Amino acid sequence: MAYNRRDREQHPAQIHPDYKSSLLRGPTREPLAIAPLTSELTGPLFNQDMLGEFDSDLTKNGRKNGEPLGERMVVHGRVLDENRNPLPHTLIEIWQANAAGRYIHKLDQHDAPIDPNFLGAGRAVTDADGRYRFYTIKPGAYPWGNHHNAWRPNHIHFSLFGPSIATRLVTQMYFPGDPLLELDPIYQGVPTAARERLVARFDIEATEANFALGYRFDIVLRGAAATPMDQKKGDAKKERVNHEA
Amino acid sequence: MKLKQTASQTVGPYFAYGLTPQQYGYDFRSIFSNRIDGDGERIALSGRVFDGNGEAVNDAMIEIWQADARGQYQGNGFARFGTGTDSQCRFHFDTIRPGSIDNEQAPHICVLVFMRGLLLHNYTRIYFSDEAAANERDPVLNSVPAERRGTLIAERSDTPDGPAYRFDIHMQGERETVFFDV
Repeated sequence: MAYNRRDREQHPAQIHPDYKSSLLRGPTREPLAIAPLTSELTGPLFNQDMLGEFDSDLTKNGRKNGEPLGERMVVHGRVLDENRNPLPHTLIEIWQANAAGRYIHKLDQHDAPIDPNFLGAGRAVTDADGRYRFYTIKPGAYPWGNHHNAWRPNHIHFSLFGPSIATRLVTQMYFPGDPLLELDPIYQGVPTAARERLVARFDIEATEANFALGYRFDIVLRGAAATPMDQKKGDAKKERVNHEA
Repeated sequence: MKLKQTASQTVGPYFAYGLTPQQYGYDFRSIFSNRIDGDGERIALSGRVFDGNGEAVNDAMIEIWQADARGQYQGNGFARFGTGTDSQCRFHFDTIRPGSIDNEQAPHICVLVFMRGLLLHNYTRIYFSDEAAANERDPVLNSVPAERRGTLIAERSDTPDGPAYRFDIHMQGERETVFFDV
């Protein structure tokens, strides 16, 4: 079994000059395609027991003396592979700024208030249908140093595993109608056709009356390569996946 | 019709309290540490990540994934460490020496590299300097141009606590690490 390669029509390039810190950090050489071997086709295993009681409720897991400030949200969705298979037992880790646009991270010096009751980190493991659900606070926009008057759009960072380390994905979820999206080099680093799929959609069905606004964000990880490998077992190990598969 | 892959985005500068909270002293339990348990010989693994100016990166996150001492993948050979808590920006792992895989691949550790500035994470592999014979037969190493293979070999030194391997990652430049499309 092999996975489709990372689809370059969907992903950013390693170096996107408008995103200044990519200039010295993105590799300059093409990654070397290697045969799908056991090492990269396996990965860590997860289950719900690994999680703490409030891990998926960011409105509760950082409380010290009250409730966090800001607009409560439900963020939910499904994790699927390219072949539309739901991906169960997948760890999702999220982190985000608070409602004022301040990260709890010690290096964030943005002059906006820390919320003593909001950590901004959470995690969930997908259920048998690949579904996940977080409760959180809508993150604020914040300035950064990429260029003069640069502001990151509201976003939540997502980290996912999928069934192997080859399916690993770190991404960001954005919000509909955000005017900062067209000015953000990180978002704009994504090929045009793939950008909108990083934007959650408002979901009235998931909105909880008198409590929290609903947003839906579905995530698609690499799926099994379409061409079944029918070589004899011994040859299969040496098989190179077709780059275009 | 097939669905399209969700685009990758950078891990950014502020992953620590979500992904490596205990290492960085945040009040949130870490799911992963920098230690892998199991039977076998304990080894230490450390190194730094360098940018195109040769400066050590202090906000990278390194993940490793490996087989156990018998060369089997058991689902628990995973660890994670950020480069922001060591004064020299080093990453450190405390693990077991992996066995060779399927009697074909030399012992190795898979590495995933994330950092601010990387819109896509990168994959590489660590091989061991004291496994020269196995390395010579390894199909992945042999697919790498000979002059770049050295970027994948961790150098052994012996310490009172046991073998320690050093593996530096160069994002750019003459010694740019070989990254893989897996």
